[in-house]
Amino acid sequence: MKTLPTSQPELALPDRRLFLGGLGKATLSATAVALIVGCESLAANQDKQMAANSAQDVGILNVALGLEHEAIGAYQLGAESGLLQKPVLDVAVLFQSQHKEHRDALTGAIMKMGGTPVAAKPLGDYAAALKADTLKSQADVLMLAAKLERGAANAYLGVIPSFEDPGLAQVSGRLAADETMHWTVLAQALGQALPSKALSFGA
Amino acid sequence: MKSCSTARRALGPLALLAVLAMRAASITAAPAAGATRDGDALRGARLYDSRCTGCHALDSNRVGPLHRGVFGRRAGGVAGYAYSPALANAGLTWNAATLDRWLSNPQALLPGQRMNLRVKDAQDRADIIAFLRQVSRESAE
Repeated sequence: MKTLPTSQPELALPDRRLFLGGLGKATLSATAVALIVGCESLAANQDKQMAANSAQDVGILNVALGLEHEAIGAYQLGAESGLLQKPVLDVAVLFQSQHKEHRDALTGAIMKMGGTPVAAKPLGDYAAALKADTLKSQADVLMLAAKLERGAANAYLGVIPSFEDPGLAQVSGRLAADETMHWTVLAQALGQALPSKALSFGA
Repeated sequence: MKSCSTARRALGPLALLAVLAMRAASITAAPAAGATRDGDALRGARLYDSRCTGCHALDSNRVGPLHRGVFGRRAGGVAGYAYSPALANAGLTWNAATLDRWLSNPQALLPGQRMNLRVKDAQDRADIIAFLRQVSRESAE
């Protein structure tokens, strides 16, 4: 098994301008979320089966929201650890901000569907669950982040068949795409090899 | 002689008990396709890492409950985790058969659950189950 050097590794980051300048800042507006989740049609014809389907979709969205809360907490722990140096710290802050956008979009969708968004846990809970006390280097932080991003991408892909509303299934795909983008950047920064086979996510 | 309405009232709770008993029996019996396959715990460990660790860990509660010791554990039985009512009241024990049905289609097994992630391939399920069985044995030793 390849091991990381004990000294601070040289992280290979692409041009920072490519990171921060070229990326769009698409945000799911409340209107877009409403349209995506088909709330207009739901409001028009809320029968019993639809209500049950909607309740299941709300449940899935709340699990996704829990994942986003954890990701935000993980990046916060990383930023507060003092282990991340610029420009890696800037990338971590950017990725955290995108998870906050995910969080806000999911929260809005859940509320529009009549559900109660799950709350974030105290930061200490995430620290304990993610074993933050074992993080000793920038590489450790990035490896944790990469693992969480890959896990989130696979989770979003894995629940797509369970959505009753195809609009929400598409949103899950879009969220998976963001997490995959995050994982790719982090994996490259760590010098990890890209998957040699296609269709490696959601497999 | 009892009236029809009295008989219906008396049978009501009995009928409910019969339905619940049948449901409990169906949950524990009739293994799905992957439960009878031999699983590869090593492959299962890789599948667990890629498919399950988004929400779960072996030794800590995250979005999902911890998995170490899951074999033989009552569903809804991890202390400190906020289960859905469906899991908390499932009345089943995790074994190869129940885990296979759960991973195949959680909503079909326990309507109202919150996991929703399905493992479509029977061999994948068998391998993940073999891994979970192995880590449960290790924790018991």
